[in-house]
Amino acid sequence: MTFFLSCLISGISLGSVYAIIALGYTMVYGIAKMLNFAHGDVIMVGGYVCYCALNYLGLPSLVSVLLAMAACTALGILIEGLAYKPLRQAGSLAVLITAIGVSYFLQNAAQLIWGATPKTFTSVVHIELPQTLTNVGVSSEALVTVLVCVVIMVGLTLFINKSKLGKAMRACSEDKGAAQLMGINVNRTISVTFAIGSALAAVAGVLLCSSFPILQPTTGSMPGIKAFTAAVFGGIGSIPGAFLGGILLGIIESLAKGYISTDLANAIVFAVLIVVLLVRPAGLLGKYVPEKV
Amino acid sequence: MLKVNDINVYYGAIHAIKGVSFEVNDGEVVTLIGANGAGKSTTLQTISGLLHSRTGSISFQGENIAGVPAHKLVAKGLAQVPEGRRVFLQMTVEENLEMGAYTSSGNVAGRLEKVYDRFPRLKERRRQIAGTLSGGEQQMLAMGRALMSDPKLLMLDEPSMGLAPILVDQIFQIIHELHVAGTTILLVEQNAQMALSVADRGYVLETGRIVTSGTGAELLADDNVKRAYLGG
Ligand SMILES: Nc1ncnc2c1ncn2[C@@H]1O[C@H](COP(=O)(O)OP(=O)(O)O)[C@@H](O)[C@H]1O
Ligand SMILES: [Mg+2]
Repeated sequence: MTFFLSCLISGISLGSVYAIIALGYTMVYGIAKMLNFAHGDVIMVGGYVCYCALNYLGLPSLVSVLLAMAACTALGILIEGLAYKPLRQAGSLAVLITAIGVSYFLQNAAQLIWGATPKTFTSVVHIELPQTLTNVGVSSEALVTVLVCVVIMVGLTLFINKSKLGKAMRACSEDKGAAQLMGINVNRTISVTFAIGSALAAVAGVLLCSSFPILQPTTGSMPGIKAFTAAVFGGIGSIPGAFLGGILLGIIESLAKGYISTDLANAIVFAVLIVVLLVRPAGLLGKYVPEKV
Repeated sequence: MLKVNDINVYYGAIHAIKGVSFEVNDGEVVTLIGANGAGKSTTLQTISGLLHSRTGSISFQGENIAGVPAHKLVAKGLAQVPEGRRVFLQMTVEENLEMGAYTSSGNVAGRLEKVYDRFPRLKERRRQIAGTLSGGEQQMLAMGRALMSDPKLLMLDEPSMGLAPILVDQIFQIIHELHVAGTTILLVEQNAQMALSVADRGYVLETGRIVTSGTGAELLADDNVKRAYLGG
């Protein structure tokens, strides 16, 4: 029972990281209708910026995290403006290839700047917890990760549904031409979406590295792919879907690792995705929207 | 108010609008009629900035707006109800109306009340998702949404398309009321009979060119127009 509980807790915590990353994927997809495969690598950059701020500049944890968020926000806007914006009219295949290119570029740039040798990340949220909690696998990192994820989820939902900019984002995701006729600057809205997604990626990166302290240029790839899977699993384009997909994926992965096999865990995660998509092609909470005639 | 001068619009190699010129004066209802594919929507989209002309000029209240991106034109007083309504189907009726006032800083609540007065149906359904509205209600929403910016010039692209005759009458009644209230309107229609009867003046568009123009009554009496667009 204790073992199950500890698997579940680490699953929810891991899933929370996936969920935060998946939110970025799903928001960008919802508005720009593209899969930003470089999103995972923004996580890694966030991790490195935080690492440098902590270790080289000696800044406090919170300031380091904010700095990582600011850096990733700028990076997100830059990537969108330089790599994706010129392709607004291009086919989706061209955009996809570009996104993969950006992903490799970020990984190689990181290797050039920070080297290939992994760095040991010091947790930004470590607190000693009572024995009773640590015995069932609860760590301060896990607690904070879940808490942050819930706060982000609630905040983002309110933002999208209630704020003027959030409504403009929904309008753009439905019909860019009509949105322009309302006076909405579509390019700026896409830019803001990338900014938000990338700031969230920085948060995810810091939380991920706090739980799994190995930081290297490829740190973002696997979580990136998993979070993408989570977004599709929950229904790409849907914010609650990204949340649900992320948490479920984390739990499935953690239980598979605990009860079946560490080596097979990833295969099991993707097998579940395939089954879900066979039954529900639009994902768990995704809406099947028929093509407009 | 609006002066379109010698515009040429292309879709890649397709020359869709060939040297079109016309004008709309303050307080007028002007209609652009023509068969499917004549270039009516292309003309409207060029005025509203979604498409751009290679030549000529479009002057709105004395300012050349050719080349100005669409999102900047709303604040200048130009609103378009696009063909096929294109309301935001997953947003509520009221959110759609709010989007119409996106760039307005003025009395948005007051305008909302005015739109609800004009379209009581929309008020009943304000919390409903637009996708659940009927075609006629969606057309009213699209018109209400455009009115939320308190436009100086309202452009309507086939507002009667796909609607039952009774709803078509309602839509034209509303256009007439807006006209009486002083709104300047550029109306694109395939339903030439209705459009000409509500319009002060009209232009006939054929394969990207204006072939005839005149007052609504003149065009209704014109033999060529009768034969081609009025079924007799
Ligand atoms: N997106 C497009 N791409 C290529 N050709 C188009 C496009 N939209 C319209 N056209 C062509 O431009 C011409 C004018 O179309 P349109 O302005 O939609 O006509 P109307 O609104 O009068 O029915 C037609 O020949 C049409 O086939
Ligand atoms: Mg048309």
